[in-house]
Amino acid sequence: MNNTKTKFEIKDLDLYYGDFQALKKVGIDIYEREITALIGPSGCGKSTFLRTLNRMNDLIPGTRIEGQVKFDNKDIYDKDTDVIGLRKKVGMVFQKPNPFPKSIYDNITFGPRIHGIREKNRLDKITESTLKEVGLWNEVKDRLNKSAMGLSGGQQQRLCIARCLAVEPEVLLMDEPTSALDPVATSRIEALLQDLAKKYTIVIVTHNMQQAGRVSGYTSFFLTGEIIETGLTEKIFSVPENKKTEEYISGRFG
Amino acid sequence: MKENIREKGPKKLKSLLFTRIIQIIAAITLAALLIIIGYILVKGLPGITWEFLSEDPSAMGREGGIFSIIVGTLYVTVLAVLIAMPISVGAAVYFNEYASGKKTVAAIRFFTEVLAGIPSIIFGLFGFAFFVVFLGLGWSCLSGGLTLTIMILPTIIRTTEEALKTVPMAYREGSLALGATRWQTIVKVVLPCCRGGILTGLILGLGRAIGETAAVMLTVGGSLNMPVSVMDSARTMALHLYNLASEGISEEKTYATAALLIIVILIINTAANNIGKRPFKGGRHKKILLQGAKDE
Repeated sequence: MNNTKTKFEIKDLDLYYGDFQALKKVGIDIYEREITALIGPSGCGKSTFLRTLNRMNDLIPGTRIEGQVKFDNKDIYDKDTDVIGLRKKVGMVFQKPNPFPKSIYDNITFGPRIHGIREKNRLDKITESTLKEVGLWNEVKDRLNKSAMGLSGGQQQRLCIARCLAVEPEVLLMDEPTSALDPVATSRIEALLQDLAKKYTIVIVTHNMQQAGRVSGYTSFFLTGEIIETGLTEKIFSVPENKKTEEYISGRFG
Repeated sequence: MKENIREKGPKKLKSLLFTRIIQIIAAITLAALLIIIGYILVKGLPGITWEFLSEDPSAMGREGGIFSIIVGTLYVTVLAVLIAMPISVGAAVYFNEYASGKKTVAAIRFFTEVLAGIPSIIFGLFGFAFFVVFLGLGWSCLSGGLTLTIMILPTIIRTTEEALKTVPMAYREGSLALGATRWQTIVKVVLPCCRGGILTGLILGLGRAIGETAAVMLTVGGSLNMPVSVMDSARTMALHLYNLASEGISEEKTYATAALLIIVILIINTAANNIGKRPFKGGRHKKILLQGAKDE
């Protein structure tokens, strides 16, 4: 498990919203084709950290970043970084399913189209293969031209994952992807994550400790903007080194 | 105790009195509207015949119908809306998507509000000085249309901005996270969600343009002939009404024109209202969903 390639290398990352420091000297390696879970109480900076990895924080005015975030050995905060290219490689799934109010087909092909794929044949193939990858194909193949808003929450979230896969990313960032879903839909997504980890690097923020335990290979514990502890998930959950980690995992706070 | 009960009495009475006063005021407002519309319709509807709608006016409008004037109205107002659409949608997108929160925007928005409050005769005067004389467009549909464009810009900008604000941030994030540029996000995700709102703005603008008299009085010329090119002089219904009434040409034609104008504006406002109420998630997709339900 330890001989895998490092996909993201983060060192001494500070992030400020105006005067407020949201991340303090964060350092972590994220390994290729592994699921890394970020856990911690609300407001601890784990979502903020996730959003630094595809530069979604750029959208928030007044954000300032110091330190280094290397993706495939290149600092993504360099001036010459191609943010569009980065976001194509590093996809993101949000807390609340956010399909566009368009048809299922148009949702999937949105990404490929904006990146220049026009041929109907290719778009059809992408639609079929990505929907199969997320296990949605059989459920929706007869209504690809109907609105994505008519799907259930769990289906919508799988559609959003498929929409990400359609631009052939290398990394998937997931910000509490199951927190708005029921238990059945949640377990489907978790099973899907296991499958996807064979091909993609996944970073998942979760409030659900059991979920982190079930799906991830590595876990990082965040507290007030700092990483308290990072390591193999089984180790973090059985023999945490830090007392705070132990307290959080055993449910004494958070 | 006794005092408390005593106090309650007058208080209750006061409250009741106040409610009644408010109700009476509301009734007066409604009555005023109904009386005006009713009066115009009662006096004007008999004049709206097929001949009135289909014939061109003759003898300065004393005889014949108002066909060329209906065409002129359409010409001028549709021209105004078509020119105003790209400008105001562009402005709204800039305010809301690119520059929200900037000081310059606050200033521009303030001037837009001021623009909305300027008396329309001032627009007419400006249109006359700038479009008719300075640009040499003469008294024409184009001069009138351009003048009306400036006048209806604030309405359309405001409505479009409101529509843009209703589009959830999550859609923009979803699009940007897929590697879309800001521009692609606006054109392919945000604006399609606002179709209804933008349309409402355009219709409201159209309504305002159709009812406008002073701004066109000095710019379209007022010819009774059928306008063919945009450089032809024309007359709008509101202007025709003004001329008929102020020169005492024909009472029957005046009221018929007024009634037609009111009907058109009522239709336009109803349309704007209905489209505005429809959430952007509905429309096309709602129909598809319903079909889906039937299929199953």
